[in-house]
Amino acid sequence: MLPGAARHGYEPDVPGEFTLSTAAIAVPILAEGEDDGGFHAPGIEEFFPDAIFGSTELGSFFGFDRIMLVRLVVVAVLLLLLWLATRRASLIPSRGQSIVELGVGFVRDQIAEQILGKERARPYLAMLTTIFFTVLAMNLAGIVPFLNIAGTSRIGLPLVLALWVFIVYLSAGVRKHGLGKYLKAQLFPPGVPWPAYVLITPIEALQVFVLRPATLTIRLVANMMAGHLMLVLCFAATHFLLLEGGGLIKLTGLLAFAGGLFITLFEVFIALLQAYIFTLLSAIYVNFALEEEH
Amino acid sequence: MEGNLATIGYGLATIGPGIGLGVMIGQTQAATARQPEVSGRLFTNMMIGAALIEVLGLLGLVAGLMFS
Repeated sequence: MLPGAARHGYEPDVPGEFTLSTAAIAVPILAEGEDDGGFHAPGIEEFFPDAIFGSTELGSFFGFDRIMLVRLVVVAVLLLLLWLATRRASLIPSRGQSIVELGVGFVRDQIAEQILGKERARPYLAMLTTIFFTVLAMNLAGIVPFLNIAGTSRIGLPLVLALWVFIVYLSAGVRKHGLGKYLKAQLFPPGVPWPAYVLITPIEALQVFVLRPATLTIRLVANMMAGHLMLVLCFAATHFLLLEGGGLIKLTGLLAFAGGLFITLFEVFIALLQAYIFTLLSAIYVNFALEEEH
Repeated sequence: MEGNLATIGYGLATIGPGIGLGVMIGQTQAATARQPEVSGRLFTNMMIGAALIEVLGLLGLVAGLMFS
């Protein structure tokens, strides 16, 4: 897995016509002045690889690139694993079935029922479980050999999931309280002196309609992006220091490699944590919408 | 010396969330030590708080990429 990661990081990707600048993180950390043979620090272009077919240029109609391919592979693998595990579901679970049941049970007991309560959680269990498994599988793709990039490390997928949660909690609130009462409960929280509404109402409106889905998206994307950049940086540095460094410098290459291993393990933790947090916050937002007036 | 001021900006952006996480995790530890029986509930609340604090640090990262 490690050579694959290093190779991917070292490839001097040509980022097509993207207007996003790479200057922010493409600081030449160990750079020599000239381009060839120097150290290629990873940048935002890592997340916009060349198209496999079609074109990913701005304004083009359709493009299919590596990250899309990784997402499709992850979806296929996830469906296959879930199918295999539940194909012959029995009361005494097999090993595969019990692992999947562990995940499903975790979402139900630790997230949905703890936040929403037993009865209210039921209609949302399917959504929360789907989100948990999708995010987890997509995140773990970031450390799987030859995939080497998380499906969630570009904004599309997290945005879709966040919009799903957004629509679900809005419609849950409207269905439970009716449009007027829901908006009143959300935008004019009771128990505040009325002049305070001048301040509170815009903040709450921003919170409900923009910030919740936006922060859900940004949290996941930025986490996976930062993790991938750290991995690429470590393994690219290993590659560079071992091959180009002379004498004792080669030893620092080993240090960079150890750092890369450590970050790989750290990424497993982050993948689990982000899947948990995304699902937890989804449950909380649904709960806010369902709450009686407080 | 070459570089980009955005790097320093992100360094600064991590200070606030760092303080926030420190206070929150420390308080949760103290609360768990006092009342171990509610540690599950405290942990869930800590994770919610961590998610809210974390996004502040990540905004710095995203802003660094966007406005460079």
